[in-house]
Amino acid sequence: MATKTLAGKTVEVDGEGFMVNHEEWTEEMAPELAKEEGINELTDGHWKVINFIRKDYQETGQIPTIRRMKNAGGIPTSELYELFPQGPAKKSAKIAGFTKPQGCV
Amino acid sequence: MAEQNEEKLKKVSIVVSKGSLEGVYPGLIMANGARMEGIEANLFFTFFGLEAIMKKRMHNLKVATVGNPAMHIPTIVGAIPGMSAFATSQMMKEMDKLDIPPVGEFIEMIYDAGAKLYACKATVDMFHLTKDDFCEQTDSVINVGKFYEVSAGGQIIFT
Repeated sequence: MATKTLAGKTVEVDGEGFMVNHEEWTEEMAPELAKEEGINELTDGHWKVINFIRKDYQETGQIPTIRRMKNAGGIPTSELYELFPQGPAKKSAKIAGFTKPQGCV
Repeated sequence: MAEQNEEKLKKVSIVVSKGSLEGVYPGLIMANGARMEGIEANLFFTFFGLEAIMKKRMHNLKVATVGNPAMHIPTIVGAIPGMSAFATSQMMKEMDKLDIPPVGEFIEMIYDAGAKLYACKATVDMFHLTKDDFCEQTDSVINVGKFYEVSAGGQIIFT
């Protein structure tokens, strides 16, 4: 398994750079993961999404779909696409320290 | 791991030609999935597929229980009044578990995701419809020539 250094810590990642163990994630790693996805600065809007993903995972054991982020997280779909262009579900999951989402929606 | 050297797909234009629930969903899931991958997406609704964006019809699409061998029920049973509604509600329940939204909400999400939705002019004329019959997410009523124009440079998928 590949590893990389994020915020001074070595973590396991998959072939596409997604963290394998979300327990290893810390908030300090998020900006570095975001840069890999072409997002140079994490705004409050980004953090609202990241925090919702982390919280929802703790409560449900799954990362939320785009629909759930809208209905349960109060994050409008259009906003999500603006915050994480070219792949909101994948990018937000990666920055929040999770593996690539496997669902179709 | 998939081959990464292939050129990435940039645009898809999906034709939805059927008005049953199972006829509409594949196109919607593919369009939404395209946007999720950062792929530009157009949806072109034609013939009975138009029901998916008609204000009066889009919330009431049904699964066809007759003439569909994959339902594994005899045609005569499928024809009993209420069978289609029953099959539809069962399917909607299963889809909800996967967080697949009902048609109206899905159309909204796909629009919010940046896909463009078009109605087919020939069908609109044939059924004597107007732009007002369609949900607000509908961009415009276009002819087949315009459809090819907006599809240029991408892949076309017919469902």
